[in-house]
Amino acid sequence: MTRARSIRFLQAAAGLLILAAAWEIASFFVPHFIFPPVPAIIARTVEILITGSLLADVLTTAARIFAGLIGAFLCGCILALAIGRSRAIENLLTPVLTFFQGIPALSWVVFAIIWFHGTEFRIFFIMVMTTLPAFTFQILDAFRSMSKDLLEMTLSFRPSRAILFRFLIVPTIVPGILTAFKVNLGNAARVVVVAELVGATGGVGYELLRQQQLFDMAGAMAWTLQLVLFVLIFQQIITLIETRVLRYRAVAERAI
Amino acid sequence: MADDAVIRFRDVSKIFSRPDGRGNFTAVDRLSFAIEKGEIVAVLGKTGCGKSTMFNIVAGLIEATAGQVSVIGHDPFREFAFFRGKIGIVFQNDRLMPWRTAFENVLLGLQILDVDASKSKEIAMRWLARLGLTGHENDYPHALSGGMRQRVSIARAFAVDPEILLCDEPFSSLDEMTARDLRAEFVRLVRQNGKTAVFITHQINEAMEIGDRVLVFHRPARIAYEAQIAGNADDAGRQRIRDEILRVLSLESAPA
Repeated sequence: MTRARSIRFLQAAAGLLILAAAWEIASFFVPHFIFPPVPAIIARTVEILITGSLLADVLTTAARIFAGLIGAFLCGCILALAIGRSRAIENLLTPVLTFFQGIPALSWVVFAIIWFHGTEFRIFFIMVMTTLPAFTFQILDAFRSMSKDLLEMTLSFRPSRAILFRFLIVPTIVPGILTAFKVNLGNAARVVVVAELVGATGGVGYELLRQQQLFDMAGAMAWTLQLVLFVLIFQQIITLIETRVLRYRAVAERAI
Repeated sequence: MADDAVIRFRDVSKIFSRPDGRGNFTAVDRLSFAIEKGEIVAVLGKTGCGKSTMFNIVAGLIEATAGQVSVIGHDPFREFAFFRGKIGIVFQNDRLMPWRTAFENVLLGLQILDVDASKSKEIAMRWLARLGLTGHENDYPHALSGGMRQRVSIARAFAVDPEILLCDEPFSSLDEMTARDLRAEFVRLVRQNGKTAVFITHQINEAMEIGDRVLVFHRPARIAYEAQIAGNADDAGRQRIRDEILRVLSLESAPA
């Protein structure tokens, strides 16, 4: 680890430690069912991770997030490319997507419960509908930022559409796709909990509902931490992919 | 006009709509000329005189509004696919793909033309070596100097072994020493490989150094003066041509 990275890591760790210390101090003055001690929360968190049936709930939620993101990403790619190629399709779809963006996640949850039967399909539908507009607009932006100079240069070799897509369009939109995944991951993690809270019999959202019914704050915190951990791990994976895929980018030695 | 012309314009015009929607403007006005096989023709003119528009018509990137354009006996815009591997372009800026190394950029045209992978690699390495880029094969464009990047773009154009080379002020952004070296290298490569080349520039010295023939354009693109450089090797003859070019260029008013 370089010195700069070590410093960044220590700074991030210090921030979290201060938060944990403040929580622990509060637990001395407030009843434990409101502010449970940090060791109790950690113990519950570890318990979830080492207990197969509980870990299965975490993995179920993770799988739902993945499925929703992949579904929204694929639909977003198709819509973005269609909008990017046709002004008529853009005029047709942009207001619809903007309208969808304005619909709260909870409304989609209600719609899904009324419209569909299966739990998994309901959650998938909610995840896709809540992240689809952002995916579409972000991929569209990336597509439109494609350099006209590079397009002309590539066209001068007379490529087929498939080759043009592979050699120019894909590398052009990859940074936008990675950013879209990063942004939508947080949204998806929040939405999946709401969806599970209302309409599922398993997963982190369902477990959070149970902790609320049991008035178990340590449990609620432990299940929340599972989701946070998942998001952090997934963000880290995306960052690693980004570092690898975008290694061609010049990095200024002096920070802004 | 030569009968075995590789590039022929007959009364070619190009009219663009103004971006603000207020009427049209003529970039090329009933332009006629012919370029024979193996000839290097320098096209000289002030900024905005339509040189690049003519260039884009030859390259098949835009379509003429009127007149006949023939490149190797075909229409470069309508018969787009026919020109696979037949035209190599060196643009004003290097237009390297930032996500590809120097080697991969040279490889681009060969990959698009579906040349055998091992043969492509050998050709790309050979052209990088010929242009003095050995040791920089794995460098990304941001790590190369302006001169080196332009060398990569020249290698990329030559690597596909095109019949025609089109160059749009390729050395205008380089320092004089680098530009002089690359000009000499370019002419040597064109002659050695028996190419036909159109070289656009706004510098008289560059046009006379490179071209067998110089076409001086007035706005909207039409030939105001034409001089044969090859065969006028003596200093007095070249000075007369230079003076005449200067006089013709000075007749034109500044762009509106």
